[in-house]
Amino acid sequence: MIEINGVSHNYGKSKILQNISLSIKESGITALIGPNGAGKSTLLSLMARLQPLQTGSIMFDGHSVSQTPTRELAKTLAILRQDNALSSRMSLRDLVGFGRYPHHKGRPTAKDHRAVEEALDYFDLQDMSGRFIDEVSGGQKQRALVAMAFCQETKYLLLDEPLNNLDMYYARSLMKRLREIADTGKRSFVIVLHDINYAGAYANEIIALKDGTLAIHGPPQDVLETNALQTLYSMKITVTQHQDQLVALHHL
Amino acid sequence: MKNIGVAIVALFALSCFSLFVGVKEIAISDWWQSPQNIDLFFISRIPRTLAVILTGASLAVSGAVMQMLARNSFVEPSSVGTAQSAALGILLVTLLYPGSPLIVKMIVASVTAMIGMAVFLAMISRLPVTSPLLVPLVGLIFSGIVEALTIFIAFQTEMLQFQGTWMSGEFSGILRGRYELLWLCGVLAILTYVVADQFTIIGMGKDASINLGLNYKQVVIVGLFILALSTSLVVVTVGMIPFVGLVVPNIARRLMGDNLRASLPWVAVLGALLVLMCDLIGRLVHFPYEIPVGTVLGVIGSFVFLYLLYARPAHAR
Repeated sequence: MIEINGVSHNYGKSKILQNISLSIKESGITALIGPNGAGKSTLLSLMARLQPLQTGSIMFDGHSVSQTPTRELAKTLAILRQDNALSSRMSLRDLVGFGRYPHHKGRPTAKDHRAVEEALDYFDLQDMSGRFIDEVSGGQKQRALVAMAFCQETKYLLLDEPLNNLDMYYARSLMKRLREIADTGKRSFVIVLHDINYAGAYANEIIALKDGTLAIHGPPQDVLETNALQTLYSMKITVTQHQDQLVALHHL
Repeated sequence: MKNIGVAIVALFALSCFSLFVGVKEIAISDWWQSPQNIDLFFISRIPRTLAVILTGASLAVSGAVMQMLARNSFVEPSSVGTAQSAALGILLVTLLYPGSPLIVKMIVASVTAMIGMAVFLAMISRLPVTSPLLVPLVGLIFSGIVEALTIFIAFQTEMLQFQGTWMSGEFSGILRGRYELLWLCGVLAILTYVVADQFTIIGMGKDASINLGLNYKQVVIVGLFILALSTSLVVVTVGMIPFVGLVVPNIARRLMGDNLRASLPWVAVLGALLVLMCDLIGRLVHFPYEIPVGTVLGVIGSFVFLYLLYARPAHAR
């Protein structure tokens, strides 16, 4: 379980997050949504200890992110960042392999190699595993980064807009795979999503942030609701139903 | 990886050749028959060749590590003020405590090198990541300032000539008993290889490092320490040698990528090969006189650097 307690965050004078408290259940997919600048990425990076906490606390299974040694946390949680400035020239296989670093500390065993091959297979990267990261497309790079986070075999995975750069085919197949993994009950995902329909279709729970405060926290049917969405995004959105799936018509 | 054997064989062949290049002609067929020749070998020729190899490998490995720490492939210790800071340290300790032993000079040089590097890293951390070419430019300006300061002090204290020996690297003064500190560079290079994965991860950025459970600050400090130590060791024993740390890691990156575990052996061997080649050119081109290896490298290295700048601007990190 992830427990976030009284977390506020400022950059200079601007308040990015204000007194966020919530808890995220074990296993399953939690979607983090909200308009641009709502503080989603900041919250995620605080959860992943990429920035020091200013106030409040964040605990993973009772282990505080600010007090647990970072090498221990690397076996509990992994993060995929949105603005991935990763510019290292590395083959996809090597890159994915570095996801195993917290486990092997530079001396990979047969188990680590096997995990890398599995991740490459699972995310359809086997064909291009020898190519350098600066020689593949944005979508292929994105998949490799997801595979790297997956390979870290942590109980919690924090993904900041994993669908960036992915076409419809790979976006859907990635979400299906994440759903599959979540359904095994071994791993939990917290995913920042911009497409509300993906959140509605694949998440167990949705957390909506607006202006640095918690707006809604509940199951998809609470959020995919015309009034709730219109208040959240300050725009006209119609929610309709297709078979038994709620769909937000945000593009019309 | 397969071809590194070829590179090692080439290095070995060139080293053997280097043993027979010098003012006193020694025949390959019967050199071992004269005790004079054997003395010459062990006092001058072998130390010189070993010094060249150790220096080349160390400079190239330092360049590769610095490029990871700065996350920019256009920097090396002698182009961003680290070597210049080491030289400043040597000058200061020579002025303040004349006659201090070499080891004291080296320690002071390491300290000033470390300060210089920390100042440089602090400056570039404020630069926008979108303009990677600013980083080497800031480095060049900074190293120019440190060098100017050093020359000013040397000029005022009439140490200019002495200062020149640290500023321009060359191997003609290498004899048995005057190069052994360089073995420490070899040890530091091996140490770098042992923790290669950590430097590779640092090169991926701070967030990636934290995510993988690395103590970012600690690894950067270890890196700075290794760099400062090996840079000042080279400056103290042979003087400043430009471009090796810049050119060699870039060539290795093209071939092997940024995974230091795979590329460091190449970096070390290619660095040794390049410096040995340039040293031989310097010894042969105006035989029996010598041109300092730094001068030869300055000419060859600047062309290769320009080529690297123009050949792949889109991938400038």
